[in-house]
Amino acid sequence: MSLDVTSIRNDFPVLKRQINGKPLVYLDSANTSQKPQVVIDAMTNFMSNGYAPINRSAYQMAAEATDLYEGARSALAKFINAPKAHEVIFTKNATESLNLLIMSWGRANLKAGDSVLLTHMEHHANIVPWHMLVAERGIQLRWVPLTNDGQLDLTQLDTLLDGVKVFSFTSMSNVLGTINPVQRLCAAAHKAGALAFVDGCQSVPHQPTDVQAWDADFVVFSSHKMCGPSGVGILWGREALLEAMPPFLGGGNMISDVRLDGFTTAELPAKFEAGTPPITDVIGLGAAVGYLEKLGMAQVRKHEIELSTYVLNMLKDRFGDEITIHGPANPELRGATFSFAFRDIHPHDLSQVLDQQNVCVRAGHHCAKPLMRILGANATARASFYFYNTMSEADALADALDSASDIF
Amino acid sequence: MAGLEDLYREIILDHYRTPRNRGELDPPALSADGHNPLCGDEIRISVAVQDGVVTDVRFSGSGCSISQSSASMMTSAIKGKPVEQVKSIVRRFKQMMTIDEEDTEIDESINLGDLEALQGVVKFPVRIKCATLGWNTLLDALATEQK
Ligand SMILES: Cc1ncc(COP(=O)(O)O)c(C=O)c1O
Repeated sequence: MSLDVTSIRNDFPVLKRQINGKPLVYLDSANTSQKPQVVIDAMTNFMSNGYAPINRSAYQMAAEATDLYEGARSALAKFINAPKAHEVIFTKNATESLNLLIMSWGRANLKAGDSVLLTHMEHHANIVPWHMLVAERGIQLRWVPLTNDGQLDLTQLDTLLDGVKVFSFTSMSNVLGTINPVQRLCAAAHKAGALAFVDGCQSVPHQPTDVQAWDADFVVFSSHKMCGPSGVGILWGREALLEAMPPFLGGGNMISDVRLDGFTTAELPAKFEAGTPPITDVIGLGAAVGYLEKLGMAQVRKHEIELSTYVLNMLKDRFGDEITIHGPANPELRGATFSFAFRDIHPHDLSQVLDQQNVCVRAGHHCAKPLMRILGANATARASFYFYNTMSEADALADALDSASDIF
Repeated sequence: MAGLEDLYREIILDHYRTPRNRGELDPPALSADGHNPLCGDEIRISVAVQDGVVTDVRFSGSGCSISQSSASMMTSAIKGKPVEQVKSIVRRFKQMMTIDEEDTEIDESINLGDLEALQGVVKFPVRIKCATLGWNTLLDALATEQK
């Protein structure tokens, strides 16, 4: 059974919004996704009827809040098939998850001369913390290059992996839409004696995730791209690895004892959750996971493959050589995120014109400047679809593109 | 709502399609690079100063119609003017863009001429950075002289 997108759209209040009498066409979900009513309700209900701290107090409302918060953790663990709920750590966003991971694990395990393998399609969040560690520790970075159609070029993978300590890569490019063979990459890393860090930001919201089938060592992603609120990131890691890592931020909640001469850390997951967490947001994320589970991630992926097939064919039919769509042409190898160049019109101007038709796309470097340099562009326009988008919205994008030619 | 006609005035599109003073100048001309970290636009401004007068100015790089046309119009507006007057024009322009931050008086008598066409950018706040990229880079280039 495929997704009933008409009824799904009714779950998202913002999708009913009209601006200047015209419907909103939201094509920026790779950036951040819209929120269904159940998420809004879960957060409102918590703040209206049961707002309380977690982990600290004996009164009933605090116990309820702790249950809701920990319930979200368990739901997430199940969502990604993590063996244990306490392997799921809540942070502020995926960027903080990566910084926690790279700084905490990296400082404890990497020394001058050690190598780390990244790819040319990484988001700045999986590049800059490594550069910081290069400056701090004198580690070295290696890079997996790309093929012409925007996939990882794996022909030299074994050579590149030779002697590296970590292979850190994205499961799906936020610019090209390319879905990477995560399981194969993790296996190659392990064969070379390296750990596998997976930036799951772009794939976890769009397809089933099984961290055990991947055989990954760590996976990070963000709540706000998967129908949850902003303000929460997730780090999942293997229990033994997390236990061996030093804490990242210090303060309340992450300790079991503090003395004048030192401290002892708390058990997982508290060890990595210093201070008061974003309680309301985590509860909202829990509701988002419930919502996605109900849709079924396999159904979500199926719908997005159908959408991708339509978008790729339709844009080529209508615009031929006037449009260049980056990334793989095969919808099975990609998500429904399309960066494109259109008739020499600068992406910034393009997105401005599209906005007149309420078509929301992102224009810019998408926090992937090394990749943009390889594409030979300062910027691209990017239309990204989610399960709540329709083929008629893809048509609205194409109509709006047509109207850009009237000006430029 | 502000319409696109407020933004993409004919004179702006003209400077975008047919940029004036594109290129670079070799030293001793002063130059500086500017980036818009939001959208990745890049610009280089080279400016030749002789006896306190801007004798020549060029811009290169790539960017959207607003950043490119604003830079093109800027070069036309300042070429041949004394540096002090150029700095006043920059302030007047920044004032129009609502981003002037200095406390000293602005010379209100300065006529921005064609540059007034960029007034509409103010209605599209995210584009103000595009319009001022070349201008801030010009100031950076001029500032290299003191070194
Ligand atoms: C691939 C990838 N990694 C990391 C991030 C960073 O996520 P956040 O901004 O939520 O920290 C993003 C989001 O833009 C992304 O697309």
